[in-house]
Amino acid sequence: MRLTLHIWRQRNRNDRGRFVKYEINDVSPDMSFLEMLDVLNQRLIEHGEEPVAFEHDCREGICGCCGMVINGVANGPEKGTTVCQLHLRHFRDGDVIYIEPWRSRAFPAIKDLVVDRSALDRIMQAGGFISVRAGSAPEANTVLIPKETAELAMDAAGCIGCGACVASCPNGAAALFVAAKISHLGLLPQGQPERHRRARAMVRQMDREGFGACSNHRECEAVCPKRISIRFIALANRDFLKESLAPSEATSGKAKNAKK
Amino acid sequence: MNLAPKVPSGPLEEKWTRYRSTVKLVSPANKGNFTVIVVGTGLAGASAAATLADLGYNVLVFCFQDSARRAHSVAAQGGINAAKNYRNDGDSTMRLFSETVAGGDFRSREANVYRLAEISGGIIDQCVAQGVPFAREYSGYLANRSFGGSLVSRTFYCRGQTGQQLLLGAYSALCHQVTLGRVKVFARTEMLDLVVAGGRARGIVTRDLVTGRVEAHAADAVLLATGGYANVFFLSTNARGANATAIWRAYRRGAGFANPCFTQIHPTCIPQSGHYQSKLPLMSEALRNDGRVWVPKLKGDTRDPAEIPESERDYYLERMYPGYGNLAPRDIASRATKRVCDEGYGVGVSGRGVYLDLTGATARLGEDAVRERYGNLFEMYECITGEEPWKAPMRIYPAPHYTMGGLWVDYGLQSTIAGLFVLGEANFSDHGANRLGASALMQGLADGYFIIPYTLGEYFAGAILEKVSPADQKFTEAQKEVEDRVARLLSVQGRRTVDSFHRELGAVLWEHCGMSRDAAGLRAATGKIRALRGQFWEDVRVPGDAADLNQELEKAGRVADYLELGELMCRDALAREESCGCHFREEFQTTDGEAMRDDGRFCHVAVWEFAAEDREPARYVEPLTFEAVKPAERSYK
Amino acid sequence: MHRVAEFYRSTPGKKFVTTVTGAVLFAYVVLHTLGNLQIYFGTRMLNAYAGLLHSVPGLVWAVRFVIALSGTLHVVAAVQLTIRNWGSRPIRYMVQRYREADWAGRTMIWSGTGVAAFAVYHVLHLALGSVHPDFVPGDVYHNVMAGLLVLPVSIIYIAAVVLLGLHLYHGLWSFFQTLGWSHPLYDSWRRAFATAFAVGVVAGNVSIPVTVLLRLIS
Repeated sequence: MRLTLHIWRQRNRNDRGRFVKYEINDVSPDMSFLEMLDVLNQRLIEHGEEPVAFEHDCREGICGCCGMVINGVANGPEKGTTVCQLHLRHFRDGDVIYIEPWRSRAFPAIKDLVVDRSALDRIMQAGGFISVRAGSAPEANTVLIPKETAELAMDAAGCIGCGACVASCPNGAAALFVAAKISHLGLLPQGQPERHRRARAMVRQMDREGFGACSNHRECEAVCPKRISIRFIALANRDFLKESLAPSEATSGKAKNAKK
Repeated sequence: MNLAPKVPSGPLEEKWTRYRSTVKLVSPANKGNFTVIVVGTGLAGASAAATLADLGYNVLVFCFQDSARRAHSVAAQGGINAAKNYRNDGDSTMRLFSETVAGGDFRSREANVYRLAEISGGIIDQCVAQGVPFAREYSGYLANRSFGGSLVSRTFYCRGQTGQQLLLGAYSALCHQVTLGRVKVFARTEMLDLVVAGGRARGIVTRDLVTGRVEAHAADAVLLATGGYANVFFLSTNARGANATAIWRAYRRGAGFANPCFTQIHPTCIPQSGHYQSKLPLMSEALRNDGRVWVPKLKGDTRDPAEIPESERDYYLERMYPGYGNLAPRDIASRATKRVCDEGYGVGVSGRGVYLDLTGATARLGEDAVRERYGNLFEMYECITGEEPWKAPMRIYPAPHYTMGGLWVDYGLQSTIAGLFVLGEANFSDHGANRLGASALMQGLADGYFIIPYTLGEYFAGAILEKVSPADQKFTEAQKEVEDRVARLLSVQGRRTVDSFHRELGAVLWEHCGMSRDAAGLRAATGKIRALRGQFWEDVRVPGDAADLNQELEKAGRVADYLELGELMCRDALAREESCGCHFREEFQTTDGEAMRDDGRFCHVAVWEFAAEDREPARYVEPLTFEAVKPAERSYK
Repeated sequence: MHRVAEFYRSTPGKKFVTTVTGAVLFAYVVLHTLGNLQIYFGTRMLNAYAGLLHSVPGLVWAVRFVIALSGTLHVVAAVQLTIRNWGSRPIRYMVQRYREADWAGRTMIWSGTGVAAFAVYHVLHLALGSVHPDFVPGDVYHNVMAGLLVLPVSIIYIAAVVLLGLHLYHGLWSFFQTLGWSHPLYDSWRRAFATAFAVGVVAGNVSIPVTVLLRLIS
């Protein structure tokens, strides 16, 4: 196969960056997109040029490292896949491909196609957990969880934190990422005590990071490599509204009034 | 080299309880005065860091990925074992223990394995409490599946993403501690050396992968949880970034390296399809629950698998190992696969593949049931190969997956360097010469949540630790060495890429130190690797500079270490003149081609001590004694 | 900070405000459309209806107040969100293709701006009559007929109603999602609801200038 690549090259955060065109002639349709970049990079190094920096690790679609916008779509033309699982058989001989990094104010550029996604970690730190000490957990089968609930929680928990939702959203919103975690833990009985506090804290941090607001464009769902549903955004909104407007008496900060 | 395992006295069943109840403790008020460095944020590292922070220690966490959540534990698919006996099918701590010891071909330390089995149930409790969405029955109770090497059903799972969910649980616990201010995470920061001062591990030297800054960090103890080194083969199931640098640097600073040749070749991976291939994705062993492995009975049969009638198929695992059938342990299954392919029965273009067939299960259980169990695995297979496993059998072949070898540790997970603890796959401890499926996750979390909190406390309570600072001579020296090494890698400016060396090394190891080994091959490999190492330092080309993100530079450092480690693996394989578990020496096999152990000479852990550059390392042994399970020939027939 | 203030500062909070006020405005649009359609029942009917509305003490002013308040909140929150969204991607993509995000959704701020501008014009045109060529206070029927017979004015009306339809097409669906009203049993109805009402409002209101221009009513 022959491909023409226009790849975003940017030395570091301070560099302005530009597209550079590369012609690649001898790639196989069985290659993954990243293996095609590997081949390109080997060639660049042999010619004394710097290879294209891109993030990748597990190469089986679960670590969430890789991610780039390919011809205007996050993770490329195949639905429900990461770039490492995208194969060249989905392209045609002679295709022209534009490759760009995730673009978001909350994801500052690092180099070429590599961006800083630590904003997502900070959102998790704000509340994406159930506080439990090692050693204090009850016997596992004392908490019964209907199969359907566990499956639904698992649907949300499958998020790999790649940031494609942010990259593809016309508003640069992180709603799907945040909602997936709020829903995963909020659906399970173990997550109930911190449920609403969690929603409020995570949303607050999301806003602090400079992400856009969700306008229900559904683009995130369409590009999510794990096909996470925007239904979880609705669920998370519910938790957030409940906590913000009608918190339980115990958590509203006005519990002391009850003594009167 | 002092290899005292420090196993507590008393009956096997009581050792850990006794240890926990009599161990020296650090007062709660004092814990905040201790700083612990944790390198690696997989299951072992993240769980250890979160738990230690929760106890009150100051914890510094390092990972080379951009987020702690991306450590390669995330890719573990099938499940995690626990001796809960929820199925009432005869499971118990003792059975999990004995199966693990036998699965490891009697090359692991009994007391460690028993403790692992004992703790296994608590891990499930902990994970459920954290919100890990394990598979459930309709009644709401936890579901189980079967895994290789066991006759009971004790594996807990989250579809085919168990590792991901367990890691997210540990990661979320870590996040909580970050918020509480007890943990500081240094992401995109790679450990490049260990600092030993006053005979104790007191810090590490790291390189910030974005700015290139080399920095020393001081602490009171160092925990390595950096995973295994299967990537030494270049093609493996591991993440591309997974590497041996942290443990290799520790080895060079004096930590003993145990059983380096014990590498697990996993039987069910997607076969290589081209020279450009960058990894061999694993298809979970769980698929062998409902899947049957076969090859055509006719050599070189190129018919479509659907056209090959039942009578012309050889279900070779079921034929050779009727007792366990398709659930034979990994080393056994891999070797059987290699054998049928060597004999010419392999399928696919390369002839290096066998069928893993779930079409029968789909017909029997319905597509929905099979999809629910393995959906994401099937999608992955389809994604990579463009073939639909619902309709046609998958093609699979063994690939390097896990390393049982690693830094030697005692019962308390402490290496031969005081204050250096090693957790998870990075240590050698629990799996002997072969690891059973669904037990790596168990070990990583056991080490992190339940073992290290006690054993680290004992170390602190019993040690007098002088104050150290990154400005001390030992630290600045180590820092200088790292800087020099980085500069040296950049200065070669030869003609060959880092990957080309790595591929070549991998090919040598796969050929001579892979699924079967012999003395002549191992000797030849040692020579080849040494020569390759020489070439590397003369002809490698690392573009760019050290002051920015430079992925080639990162790789170069890791491959340089692999080029040393590869040689040690061959040396270890050569010295072990027996076959056991994954380590199959052609010279030592039974008449029907099974591994022949030599318990008289090799019932021990081989531990290597680094000498000096280009001097032969010394081999020491920790003898293994078995009281509860008597070593016998493993039989899965 | 008080919870309500904190709520408004958050992006879902602002979104909630646009949604709830949007719902109020939508209800008004539906009633207004039904009122408008009385034109087909002739002069007397329409003028009587208008007279009836004005005869209830305070009704008109109460409605005006609610609409003005909702409209203001709707606009302020939406503008704040849009400014935030515009700032969230300082470097734009060279190539950007959307799989799902439709044109109606991505142009809410512009369809909204158009509708808001039209609302001002509409008040000046048919309520106050200050930009009307032949305004007769109280004779609604006459004012509408005379006003819409001017071709450019009719085009403005038609264009504005189409914009409103686009706005509703996305907004009405979005309403459920923002309030968290999602359930697998009913989710498919959300799209149908939004489409039906958007089409209904457009059809009802576009029909008036069209029939006037074609002299189907006089």
